[in-house]
Amino acid sequence: MKTNGLVSISDCSKEDLLRIVELAAQFEQHPMPHLLEGKLVATLFFEPSTRTRLSFETAVQRLGGRVIGFSDAATSSSSKGETLHDTIKMVSNYVDLIVMRHPIEGAARYASEVAGVPVINAGDGANQHPTQTMLDLYSIKKTQGRLEDLTISMVGDLKYGRTVHSLLQALQYFNPTFNFVAPPELRMPEQYRLFCEEKGLKYREETDLNAVLKTSDILYMTRVQQERFTDPVEFEKVRNTYTLRNDMLAGTKDNLRILHPLPRITEIAEDVDNNPKAYYFEQARNGVFARQAVICSILGLV
Amino acid sequence: MDKKELIVTALENGTVIDHIPAAKLFKIVSILELDKIENRVTIGNNLESKMMGLKGVIKVADKFFQPEEINKIALLAPSARINIIKNYEVVQKTDLQLPDQVSGLLQCVNPMCVTNRQPVASRFDLIDRKRGTLRCHYCERMLNLSEIILK
Ligand SMILES: [Zn+2]
Repeated sequence: MKTNGLVSISDCSKEDLLRIVELAAQFEQHPMPHLLEGKLVATLFFEPSTRTRLSFETAVQRLGGRVIGFSDAATSSSSKGETLHDTIKMVSNYVDLIVMRHPIEGAARYASEVAGVPVINAGDGANQHPTQTMLDLYSIKKTQGRLEDLTISMVGDLKYGRTVHSLLQALQYFNPTFNFVAPPELRMPEQYRLFCEEKGLKYREETDLNAVLKTSDILYMTRVQQERFTDPVEFEKVRNTYTLRNDMLAGTKDNLRILHPLPRITEIAEDVDNNPKAYYFEQARNGVFARQAVICSILGLV
Repeated sequence: MDKKELIVTALENGTVIDHIPAAKLFKIVSILELDKIENRVTIGNNLESKMMGLKGVIKVADKFFQPEEINKIALLAPSARINIIKNYEVVQKTDLQLPDQVSGLLQCVNPMCVTNRQPVASRFDLIDRKRGTLRCHYCERMLNLSEIILK
């Protein structure tokens, strides 16, 4: 990983990914409450994302570090028209590391070029959210015991879902078999299908969720959002087709685990929550360890 | 000596850019900032060409472009030919190569890209030379040569 931070999963080598997964496991098994003592981290959230911000702040504070920052642009100086450049320059003077989320795509890359301290991208619009991918990988490793040779089914909005795109990129090193399950209007973009072909990754496309359930090791569910549809009737239809219910899990593999980047809306029925194959809440918890691994790795502390 | 040849050879020293599609000629003048230099510049356009119908030619006296400068042309007119002239003779013919990186020249097609929303210069990296695919260094949007927009 580059020492100026973590901006995009496309900057990460196989070794980088394996190292973070390994470190995340160490942080989970052996909490290190003093590792970040004396360190100050800025969480700059130019758009609100309570879930991600709390995860980062928990990661820092449980290691003894401190946090400053803001949780939406209305309370930051950018609401007074300050450029991103100036905000980042100013904050770099105060802290050891910047964690930032911004609605503009490429904002984190730009910030990492002007900041005097490392920058971690906590989401830049529809582009990247690399620590989500790290926690997804860690969750896969933890539940399957390995990253190699797994059948990964991605379900729902594969067109706009940045988490599935980043996960697909990251899994290129681990000989996956992909199932892309989506309605035609939300199908995996050509760019990523080409990527699979160039890297020799096996994939098939399905519109029926039931067609992939019995062979999957990982079911990666995503949100299907209403704003992607012009026709509300079409949206309702798609939403019901791509909802996972508990009775559908009969006859699936014992090692199957269901992941979801959260928050879910209706993609996973609540009766799935008590099934031991449901893993999405633990997955969120893994985010703290994955982020601790990223932060300490970038700061050169591990 | 016939007239067509004269266009190429009447330069004592300098660079001739030949086989430019007529529609791209003035864009290339602008990319190379030929409107800002003091050298003698001769521009011909809508000249007949057996190969390509109508073509444009640019001659710049006493100027030898750096590869990264001249390769910008490949973005617009990959078929253009560069002839280096010394003492009225063509001493070198070069084919263009897509540059590995293009800074400040192109506009990202993504309206949510930081280069379109903040005072940040655009930058593209060549991802696939064969297909002519560029990627925005910032928002990571892929761009094909056919869809580029000049700033
Ligand atoms: Zn861009």
